[in-house]
Amino acid sequence: MALPLKYNFRNVVVRWRSSMTTVLGIGAVVAVVIVLRAMARGIEASSGNTGDPRNVLVVRKGSQAESGSLVTREHFRTVQYLDEVARNENGEAVASAEVIVMVTAPRRGGGGEANTLLRGITPRGIELRPQVRLVDGRWFDPGHREVVVSRRLGRRFEGFEVGGTLRAGPTVLSIVGHFDAGGSAFDSEVWLDADEARSIFDREQYSSILVRPRDEAALQSLVNRVENDKQLTLRAEREVDYYAKQTATALPIKIVASLLGGAMSLGAVFAAMNTMYASVASRTREIGTLRVLGFSRRAVVASFLIEGGILAGIGGAVGCLLALPMNGYSAGTLDFQTFAETLFEFRVTPDLMAAGIAFAVSIGVVGSLLPALRAARLPVISALKSL
Amino acid sequence: MAAEPIVQVRELSKIYRQGDLDVVALNGVSIDIFPREFVALMGPSGSGKSTLLHIVAGIDRATRGTVLVQGIDVAGLNESQLAEWRNQNVGFVFQTFNLIPVLTARENVELPLLLTRLNGSERRRQVETALQLVGLADRMHHRPDQLSGGQQQRVAIARALVTDPALVVADEPTGNLDAKSAADVLSILQALSRDSGKTVIMVTHDPKAAAYGTRSLHLEKGEIVA
Ligand SMILES: Nc1ncnc2c1ncn2[C@@H]1O[C@H](COP(=O)(O)OP(=O)(O)OP(=O)(O)O)[C@@H](O)[C@H]1O
Ligand SMILES: [Mg+2]
Repeated sequence: MALPLKYNFRNVVVRWRSSMTTVLGIGAVVAVVIVLRAMARGIEASSGNTGDPRNVLVVRKGSQAESGSLVTREHFRTVQYLDEVARNENGEAVASAEVIVMVTAPRRGGGGEANTLLRGITPRGIELRPQVRLVDGRWFDPGHREVVVSRRLGRRFEGFEVGGTLRAGPTVLSIVGHFDAGGSAFDSEVWLDADEARSIFDREQYSSILVRPRDEAALQSLVNRVENDKQLTLRAEREVDYYAKQTATALPIKIVASLLGGAMSLGAVFAAMNTMYASVASRTREIGTLRVLGFSRRAVVASFLIEGGILAGIGGAVGCLLALPMNGYSAGTLDFQTFAETLFEFRVTPDLMAAGIAFAVSIGVVGSLLPALRAARLPVISALKSL
Repeated sequence: MAAEPIVQVRELSKIYRQGDLDVVALNGVSIDIFPREFVALMGPSGSGKSTLLHIVAGIDRATRGTVLVQGIDVAGLNESQLAEWRNQNVGFVFQTFNLIPVLTARENVELPLLLTRLNGSERRRQVETALQLVGLADRMHHRPDQLSGGQQQRVAIARALVTDPALVVADEPTGNLDAKSAADVLSILQALSRDSGKTVIMVTHDPKAAAYGTRSLHLEKGEIVA
């Protein structure tokens, strides 16, 4: 049987001065890693949550993103009347031709200007996106210079409250409502009537078409038909697949998190090692006593590894506490395809925190390995003679 | 006195090599110690008392000679067997008490029992019995730094006898204690041999302490004298 855990726990607490530096060091490492990963989570969620598996997005063949795509009114008419397209109770095709335009707006608090994405949608555009809910004001009226912005953008940009305005060149658009897009990419957008957008920005063509096929079979058939029609020169894919590809933007942050986490954890391992070496040195006689009582070398090694794990685990918990205030913090990142700001929320989830603590514990165990072996190698007799 | 000695030491030598120099700590020591004896091991500093005690208790190994404890050749045990043997058969009392500072009196006394098959309530009962025997049942939840030196040494004695070993060894157990505490500790050790059937070997410099024992052995320069 091994030494009781309370023995290790109390030793960590009793040696709080030397424990503290290690706890704080490991806490800092864990906090940084958690925050970076929470950021990656948020970015992933902002595109991952976007799209409806029942929807198909149609863009021009060869376009990587909606914003660089051009789709004609002719195209829209063709797609709209395909057999595969679902109809609503009024018999209208559930399809929306959309216009993507970039405008700049001033950040709140004098933080300069940032690009934001304007999406012109046709009347079916809202029902195609059930995750987007109006939370304040009303939807825009087609034919009027009105827009609805996401509530998150409302907090981020100057004048983006309901009743405020948005300037696009010489045109002034009234903000008549706020929507909530459930943390999806639409939370970084401003919506208005598609034809209004075309006239304001002098666009002959649309950017994309979002369409709802009748069912799964119809969806497959529609995708095949669009892809194989050489005349159309369009590309169709599931809306969710399109947005899933945009998730790639979280990859650099994940890489940074791994590199930084790796480098910092190396430092933390040495900090833990230092503390544990000091602890072993000051407890030489205690270790000898335990051996005299009959505890094996293996029990001593295990005990010091556990103690290092506890020490670092406390550090991990501190790291979680340091990272927790970032939960829900909303920030913008530049989307390199649209150069618009994509808004996301840092997500410090329980599983991230658990992973952070596990990471900390492993730092502690690795750092304690050599000190624990030194403790176990001490001959019983010399341990007894040391003061 | 019983016929069979509990401890049989034969031609025991311990030589420490220090560079080119050999330090002879024990030189052909032979002694028999019988059950229920309370032996006081005396002699000047450096005469080898601690060395002898450590070898008999299975903490150190001899260079030559044999030690039989209850008929078992201690030198024949490997390290982990020796650890288990110590746990079950020897109680050790140190001059410096050597209690674990972060554990309470009860937890300190319980430590050797954690290596046995006893369950929690059985362990508790034995710990309480041992602490009662040294008169510290009311200090169970105190940490060592909340106890006087004499109380700490009594806790250490409770820890030494909690596994009910046949042999208790003590290396200058009163060396760090005032006269009153020393008398308490010596009375307890005396009672162990007289009333509880234990064999006690105690190293001491103090003739008054030795007087509590049933017999004194004298070491000088690693050899038994008189
Ligand atoms: N690890 C060691 N290396 C070298 N010499 C040692 C070692 N341990 C003990 N000695 C020597 O062995 C001899 C006996 O030492 P021991 O500790 O047994 O003496 P002691 O009788 O207990 O003395 P004291 O009364 O001072 O405790 C001494 O000369 C000592 O210096
Ligand atoms: Mg000595």
